[in-house]
Amino acid sequence: MTKLSEYIAKIDGKNHTPAIDPETIEISGAYVSDMLSDVMGSAKPGQAWITIMRHLNVIAVASMTGIPVIIFSKGNIPDAAVCDKALEEGICLISSNHDTFTLTGILYNTLGL
Amino acid sequence: MAEYWYIAEGFEEKVQSFLTNNGESEVDMMFTVPEKDFNTAGKGSSEVKNLLKRLGVESGVLRRIAVASYEAEINVAAHSQGGVMHSAVFDDLIHVRFEDEGPGIGDIEQAMVPGFSTADDLVRELGFGAGLGLPNIKKNSDAMHIVSEKGSSTLVEFIIFFA
Ligand SMILES: Nc1ncnc2c1ncn2[C@@H]1O[C@H](COP(=O)(O)OP(=O)(O)O)[C@@H](O)[C@H]1O
Ligand SMILES: [Mg+2]
Repeated sequence: MTKLSEYIAKIDGKNHTPAIDPETIEISGAYVSDMLSDVMGSAKPGQAWITIMRHLNVIAVASMTGIPVIIFSKGNIPDAAVCDKALEEGICLISSNHDTFTLTGILYNTLGL
Repeated sequence: MAEYWYIAEGFEEKVQSFLTNNGESEVDMMFTVPEKDFNTAGKGSSEVKNLLKRLGVESGVLRRIAVASYEAEINVAAHSQGGVMHSAVFDDLIHVRFEDEGPGIGDIEQAMVPGFSTADDLVRELGFGAGLGLPNIKKNSDAMHIVSEKGSSTLVEFIIFFA
């Protein structure tokens, strides 16, 4: 388990849903995929989701799947409508300039896996 | 019309009894799902999820219903000329039906194979089109039924028990 806030510091992440405090979110793992049905089929509730996809349906997928935080890699920044929808659903949105491999590796290490 | 049935092991009698009893549902909801409108597609599933959450449906069950419903709704938007979603909440289960205006599924067994997809570029760009939607619906349902043929409408329905 690691605090989301701790992970954000390590990836130079930016919180696009500042009303959600990353201090309050604990992550135990992540699912890494850009295919939405793959995420709905295999991600587990409570996991973070690391992806380059940043359109509105991504929020619905996270909501249906029980994902509390999405990490957008390679500087992909969600637009305002997407951030609003995420806030409504209580899903934290983080972006980072690192690529998906690096973000996954840093989380893997942080979790001590 | 070709037909496909899946009933999870151990649910045969419960499903049979639901289908023959024709009981009254507690809440009925209808949503239209327009073709290729991925902002509207998902609204029905989201409302159903919120309703069931208020009714106190357990989170694991809620998640199965949400995923199956969203996949089916996206399929109507992605693969058909539009359709309707109809959900009926009973005491102990939810029954969700999706009926669209075609063009139908020529080979349902093939459509059920994980990875099979005829999704177009727009759908793929959004990250749908992995060919895992129908298998996800099956995986999360206690019963799933498809009726379709090429050049005709498609009916996809599923039943999930609350406990
Ligand atoms: N409502 C529908 N109308 C027509 N064809 C459909 C419908 N739903 C599914 N299909 C067909 O079944 C295939 C597999 O569906 P699915 O498993 O959800 O994967 P995907 O949506 O990713 O293609 C689709 O690519 C399409 O050819
Ligand atoms: Mg699909």
